Amino acid sequence: MRGILFVVAALAVMGLAFWAYQENYKTQATIREVRELHAQIGASHERLSMLRAEWAYLNRPDRLADLAELNFDRLGLLPIMPDAFGRVDQIIYPLPPILPITNPIELSSDAFQSVENPL
Amino acid sequence: MTRTPLRPLARILKARETGENPDVIEAEIRAKRHEEMHDKSRQRAEGRLLVLGLAFFCAFTTIGARMGTLASSVPEEPRATTVGNPIIGQRSDIVDRNGRILATNLATHSLYAHPRDMVDPANAAKGLAAIFPELDEAELLADFTGERKFLWIRRQISPEQMQAVHDIGSPGLLFGPREMRLYPNGSVAAHILGGASYGREGVASAEVIGVAGVERQFDGFLRDPANEGAPLELSLDLTVQAASEQVLAGGMSIMSAKGAASVLMDVHTGEIISMVSLPDFDPNNRPRVLTTGDQSDSPLFNRAVQGVYELGSTFKIFAVAQAMELGLINANTMIDTQGPLTWGRFRIRDFHDYGPELTSTDVIVESSNVGTARIAMQIGADRQRDFLGSLGFLEATSVEMGEAASGKPLLPANWSEISAMTISYGHGLSSSPVHLATAYASIANGGHRVEPTLLRVETPEVGPRILSDAVSQSAIHMLRQVVVRGTASLGEVAGYEVAGKTGTADKPRENGGGYYDDKVIATFASVFPASDPKYVLIVTLDEPSVYTLGETRRTAGWTAVPVAAEMIRRVAPLLGLRPHVDTPQSIGVTLTSN
Repeated sequence: MRGILFVVAALAVMGLAFWAYQENYKTQATIREVRELHAQIGASHERLSMLRAEWAYLNRPDRLADLAELNFDRLGLLPIMPDAFGRVDQIIYPLPPILPITNPIELSSDAFQSVENPL
Repeated sequence: MTRTPLRPLARILKARETGENPDVIEAEIRAKRHEEMHDKSRQRAEGRLLVLGLAFFCAFTTIGARMGTLASSVPEEPRATTVGNPIIGQRSDIVDRNGRILATNLATHSLYAHPRDMVDPANAAKGLAAIFPELDEAELLADFTGERKFLWIRRQISPEQMQAVHDIGSPGLLFGPREMRLYPNGSVAAHILGGASYGREGVASAEVIGVAGVERQFDGFLRDPANEGAPLELSLDLTVQAASEQVLAGGMSIMSAKGAASVLMDVHTGEIISMVSLPDFDPNNRPRVLTTGDQSDSPLFNRAVQGVYELGSTFKIFAVAQAMELGLINANTMIDTQGPLTWGRFRIRDFHDYGPELTSTDVIVESSNVGTARIAMQIGADRQRDFLGSLGFLEATSVEMGEAASGKPLLPANWSEISAMTISYGHGLSSSPVHLATAYASIANGGHRVEPTLLRVETPEVGPRILSDAVSQSAIHMLRQVVVRGTASLGEVAGYEVAGKTGTADKPRENGGGYYDDKVIATFASVFPASDPKYVLIVTLDEPSVYTLGETRRTAGWTAVPVAAEMIRRVAPLLGLRPHVDTPQSIGVTLTSN
């Protein structure tokens, strides 16, 4: 009886040792993976903060003001002034598109007008 | 082992034959047997002691060795059990109320040299001098060939410069990672942000520490890794701040002023939306502190917080509001304005003679020193001091900046009746524009004390009441009249119902002894919109003068007021305030019954 107990205990110890060995290696592998992920996150974070800094630098008020001035011909941007506020009913709805004229009818006055008014 | 019997037959028989006592033999054998057992157990105990001693020795050696290695090795972060994010160890960003970046970090490199490792010091010195024009080739060569083992060459270098140094190819030139504080908006909000520099420096990293402004005030917060990179949110609005700076800079040059300051504050929360002090500087390249002369001439000087000036007639509303609160006067009480008012050897005069008496509203509108001084006499010095104390004029402001403590108001040593009279029209008590903004905010918001703050306020707290609602409303009404028909008529901005009070104070001479005749501090303290006050704007110009309508004018009505009006015109739409349009009464048929 005692012999069996010893054998079982010895087997249990060996089993546990094997399990612990495996767990140890798994843990180490996971730690290594976590470290790599941290490094990746760190690099991404650094890149992100660099991009944010660049975004903030490119959007600095002085530069935007200069750009608005340079491109005034095309954009016509002005500082927002009190008269920029309006009511919703002051905004016109977009005009419906003019349908193409598919079946034009010749008018007797057309030829006459085109001579008189070249526009 | 053969067991010896206690009474061996042969020996017993022999003993009996010789007539000896056989018990002696038994005792002898028994004693021998005991001795053997004793020896055996002693041996076993000694063995156990040895094993135990060995075990203890090993255990203590292990613990000792572990302690030794822990003490002598570099500390290491536990990797298996990390709480939170271990990566974001950088100094936190500073952002405005809408999350736009005011200060952030940039990863750069530092350059250092190990002259012992250099193969060709002459070539390295030549190459470095070519890349960095400010370095001297001869000095570098002397350093590289001398006794030194280590030297810093540059604290921060750009990636291009780093590549160029790589191309020199000297093994003695090395790079270390270096974090750099970047203020992407340049000089915008420079005084508030302050600046940063390096603390303890090492090859592998360097400590970034705040040297002024919020960077210094919140240094602990910004460096705390427990925040996990959470930014510091200020109450500033970047767009409003930039627009204010632009308008104020324009106004300062038109009015040929030496300096200028403005403070825009939310009347309910005390949040500072913009705070400008000109001239300013670029915090990325912070100038050195002046070692000689007047600190207020340095661009580092924050006029809005540190500059304590006599702010002139802007103080008059405090006397009138307090008198109304005490029930001494109302908005239509007639006040004696016959000048000059003589008190001891002092004579108080008005800018013009306003006749024998004015209503208290007109005392504010016309800015009568005599009238205000008479109201102050009714209030008395003690009550006036208590009231100004409750508005925050007796101590430095609680603005979260390292510099705020130096903006302590200058109070009269002895608060006598004549002090009370002069303080009522803004002379004899020097305070900063932020003090004035706080006091005006407290009056404009219905009479609750506000604390000025640079941090975004999520949940506004209502401070203790100092004025009743009715007094607050009539005070704002009086201030509105100043713009409608008084000294600040240039301050009218269509749709925004500006209310305010001008103040022009002569500058005191630096060496004591009276005031300058031609140097003034012109201030306009305004509140808008008057029907439902939301913001307070203080504009202060230092030594302004402008040539208008045939004469040189220095009073605030001609200098600070137009600048403030332009600022309100630019800034109010950015704050989302719709202009208030008076809708004319519709003309039409009205139904009446007979």
